[in-house]
Formats: sequence, C-alpha cells, structure tokens
Amino acid sequence: MSVTYIDAIHRAMEDLLAEDELVFLYGEDIAGSFGGAFKATKGLAEKYPGRVMNAPISEDAILGVGIGAALGGMHPILEMQFADFGTLALNQMGNNAGAHYFRTGVPVNLTLRMPCGGTPGGGPFHSQSVEALFAHYPGLHVLTPATVGDAYDMLKQAVQIPDPVVFMEHKYLYRRVKAESFTNPDPLPVGRARIAREGEHATIIAFSAMVPEALEAAQLLAEQSGYEPEVVDLRSVKPLDTDTILASVARTGRLLVVSEDFPWGGVAAEVVARVAAEGLHLLDAPPLRLTSKESPIPYHPELWKAHRPSAATIAQATRYLISL
Amino acid sequence: MSGVIGLDQVALRAYRGMCLARAFDTKLSSLYKAGKVFGGVFLGRGHEAVAAASAAFLERGRDVYNPFIREMAGRCVWGDDALLEACRSYFGSALGCMGGKDGNVHWGQPTQGNPAPVSHLGAMLSVVAGMMLAKRLRGEAGGVGVACIGDGTTSVGATHEACNLIAVEKLPVVVVVTNNRYAYSTPNCEEFACADLTDRGKGYGMCTYSCDGTDFLQTLSTMRQAVESARNGEGAQWVVATTLRMCGHGEHDDAAYIPAELKEAYAQRDPLDVARRQLLEKGWLSEQEADEMDAVARDAVQRALAQAQREDPPAPRTVDWRATSWNPQGA
Repeated sequence: MSVTYIDAIHRAMEDLLAEDELVFLYGEDIAGSFGGAFKATKGLAEKYPGRVMNAPISEDAILGVGIGAALGGMHPILEMQFADFGTLALNQMGNNAGAHYFRTGVPVNLTLRMPCGGTPGGGPFHSQSVEALFAHYPGLHVLTPATVGDAYDMLKQAVQIPDPVVFMEHKYLYRRVKAESFTNPDPLPVGRARIAREGEHATIIAFSAMVPEALEAAQLLAEQSGYEPEVVDLRSVKPLDTDTILASVARTGRLLVVSEDFPWGGVAAEVVARVAAEGLHLLDAPPLRLTSKESPIPYHPELWKAHRPSAATIAQATRYLISL
Repeated sequence: MSGVIGLDQVALRAYRGMCLARAFDTKLSSLYKAGKVFGGVFLGRGHEAVAAASAAFLERGRDVYNPFIREMAGRCVWGDDALLEACRSYFGSALGCMGGKDGNVHWGQPTQGNPAPVSHLGAMLSVVAGMMLAKRLRGEAGGVGVACIGDGTTSVGATHEACNLIAVEKLPVVVVVTNNRYAYSTPNCEEFACADLTDRGKGYGMCTYSCDGTDFLQTLSTMRQAVESARNGEGAQWVVATTLRMCGHGEHDDAAYIPAELKEAYAQRDPLDVARRQLLEKGWLSEQEADEMDAVARDAVQRALAQAQREDPPAPRTVDWRATSWNPQGA
C-alpha cells in the first residue's frame, strides 16, 4: 500500500473526529460531498454529520469562530483554502488567538490548516509560504511537515497542543510525497528537528517542500562531487530546534538554510541569526541563505521554477559554501 | 429570565449598574486628569441606558456578554465583580483578571462567558459567534450571546463577515449597535451612506429593532424583546440604539467637533436623569431610595478604586512572560 501526504492529513482528521468528540472542522467548501478544494475532508461530513461545517468566504470570521469555539471548550480545526488567504485571518490569529494566553491565562486550543507553497501555474496568490508572518506573533506554534508520517503525526499533535497552532501543509507535497504507511514507529515530538540525511561537509537546513529538494541536492553532490551534506528537516519553524541545528553545524562547520519563502525577514534569516548569535565559533565559512526571489511568485511554470530554490540551485549553493 | 423576574426588578438592577458606571466614570476622569492612570481613559457617559439594557436579560454561566468601550454599566449588571475588575484593569493590578498585561477597557473573563476584547473593532463578533456555536455543538441549549458595537464598527470588514456568518448559522446572538453619532471624531454622514443602521441588520437577514438609547424603559423593553427572540430560537437580532456620547472618545479628547446645539439638546436627555424620572413615575423607586442608590454607588466606587490602587502591581521579574501554555521539552 502506498499513501500520500494528503491521505495522511485526511486520515489524521478522520481519526481525530473519531477519537475526540470536541473536534470539529470549519472552513470554505469543506463539507457536503465536495470535501474541500484539495479533497482533504472528502467523505468526512457524511461520516461525522454536523461536525464538518462549511463557512462563508470570511477568513477573519472563520478564525474568530475558532477562537470562540475553543473558549467554549471545543477543539476546532480550521481550514484556509489557500495559505495566501491566511493574511485575511492574520489579525484574528496574531492579535486575538496569539495574544490570548498571555493576556488572560486561558489558552486557545485551535488548529489552523493552511495549504501553502508553490505549484506550477499557481501564480502570485495561490503559492505563498506565509509561515514567517504567523511565526512573527508571540503565542503561535507553526508546524511545517515534509513527510507523510509527519503530516499525520503532527496534525494529531497539533490538536493536542492547547494553544493556537498553524499547520502548514504544502500543496506540492500533497500527491507527490508517498510512503508505505501513515505511521512512524517512533514519532518525534513537536519541537524536534530531524536529521533527514547524515553528512559531514555542510549542513543544509530545510523544511516543508524544500526537504525533498535538499535531499535530492545532497544526492547529486554525493554522486557528482563526493560531498556528503547533512540535511536537517526543521519540522516546525516555531518552536525552532536550535539545539539540533547547532549540533549539526558543530559537525560540519558550514550552514546553508533553504526556504521557499521570500527572503526578507523569513525563517532562513531567523536560523542564520540564531546560529550567528549562538554558534559563530562553530562556523568555518559565512552562513548562507537560499530563498525564493525578492519578487512575487510568477505564474508560468518556467518562471516559477526559476523563482524558487530547487535541487539544482541548492546543490550549486552548497558547492559554493564548501568552496569558501 | 424576565418571565420569572418582573421588569421592575430588572429595571432596578439595570439602574443600579448605571449609577455605578456614572460614579466610576466621574472618579476615573478626575484620576486621569490628576495623572494617576497609565494610558487612556474611555468613559460611557450617555451610553449607560443602552449598556445596562444590553446585559439586563442575561445570566452569567449560561449566556455570553461581550461589552466593549462604553459598556461599564452593562458590565456592572453582568456581574458584581465588574467594578473591582474595571478598577484593577485601569491600575494594572496583579490581582486583576488581566494581571496588568492588558488594561483599561480590554478585560474579560473568557471562561465565564465574557471574552476579553482586543482593540481591533469588529473582531469580537465572530468570537461571540464561536462561543455560541460551541454551546450548540455541546448540546447546551437556551444560551444567548450579546455583542456590543458602535456606529463606527459597522464599517469594519470583520463586522460584516461576522454578522453574515451569525445570520447564516442562525446563532442566538443579539448585536447591539449603539449609534452615538460619532466614531471618534467622524460623524455618521462620513461613516456610512445607508439611511438607517437598521438597514444593515436587515441586509444580513437579522431581525432588527431601533430605539432611543436615552429612553431607559424603551431601551430596556427593546432589549428584552431581542434577547427573548434569540433565546426562543429565532436567530440573530440587530438592535440599534441612538444616543450621544456625553464625553470625548477618551478623556484626552475634548470632543470640540460635536456641535454645541447637539450637546445642549442631549443635556436634557441624560440617560441617568431619564431613568430616574421613569423609575419614580412607575413607582418602582422612591426619591429617597434613588438618592441612597447613588450614594451607595459612589461609596462602592471609592472603595474599589482605593483597593485597586493599593494592590501590588505586576513584577517584571516574576510575571509569567510565556506567550503559550505549551512549550516543547527542553526548550
């Protein structure tokens, strides 16, 4: 049996609905026989009547309802149809949900699912990676799974975390990433990064859809140049597992951080800042970032491929880093 | 509830809340002018009748009440702890429900049906909707949510999203729109172009009401009807109560933009005076009882303010700075 990343997300929600009567799903076009723009909730409304609900096209209000429902004791899982539209819910998530525990001592147990990232033909407003915008606000956890097992485990863990959690599910991975099973025999807790590939010549930090690109780049480098980069999958950008990052940099002495997001003030900048502040002495070369270009995400697939980091450009950047 | 307790009892409880709010505003304004309050001070003068009525038919524990800037009278009707909590909020007492982490009108007790408002206007309407949806999903019937907004907030996108959603889901929510004619300094004619704010409620498919927010008994009976309709399963209700803000937006604002004629016209319609007159006419209150209620309110305000000012402030070294309740192991 082969299961995909989106199968894992579907299955996690199905299991959550079965196991936790406080869970309900709320979002645009997710109910009925339609089951969501990406079919992540297909069949769940029929199986759990009244607990999978369509919302009007009102991103701000969807989040507000989630906050209120969580205060009322429920465990809402909210869906933005595309992470790009999450900006319309950013006020409720950052200023209301995010500030709530600090202000009142009452946590807001909600999970916000956001299909994120670029796909060919997605264009400027159906392709964005907004994790840095959400991670900027105190009070939110931001999860960025890259594998089938993590998609399943981390969505389930997200609901168990009593705080607002942003679950960034990458659309490019939905049907491209496959595994034999949903289940990890030994799932990592949220907050722990994973060594996706062991190596010695450089550390490549990646998350979400950049993990398979980084692994492919490492394979290319090993085959073509004999270099063995270490690839670290962050799994969550907030909490950020600085310990695992620094331990890897201590082994390799070189750091490349890859992110599909725009460059300015993103997760890559945060990782570089932390390594520079806490582990400058571990570095044998200046830390590097590889991000998308400082321009909106283009529509044409050839432009899109040139806009985002790929296995080829990651390999190129790693070669340069090792040459320094 | 009004079926069990007579309107006279509800009216007296509401009027008591109005007296407390007015006495609180008067003292708070003096303290602000004496430089004793950290940030802004936002009064409810002129709003007392609407505010008190907005909470008068609610029951803590079953219902949801979302006051905002000028609903001190409603807060006092909602719970007896409101006066002390409001004082603690302004003075940032560590013992207050916000512990000095938020202040002035931004306080609430979210586990008791009283969500803590954020400053972003309209944002709390969908939160109230969610609280009522949770009750529906949990099978808790009979609750009503009252959410208070002003004329300015009807222009906010979040308000539109939430009101539409509340109506679509037929949630038992009463949206109370207090039209005090000015959103900060902006008059109604620069805020919206519909003939009447009830038009907006009709557009959402809500049952709409309008009343003179300076007329205590009219406002009270309007709110009773709206809350009962919501409680009886008739879905979303939209109440527009018109009054005048008899103060600035905050105490930093002299409200010079409000024409003198309007201020003078409303000076004759102070909701406290109207309410007292109406209660005396009904025979529900005597002159002596009214004077006593006033004096008791002023004393209670003095005591609460003194206590809040005496209480320890939050200490930066010991306060809980965590923004999340859960943190990863080892972090």
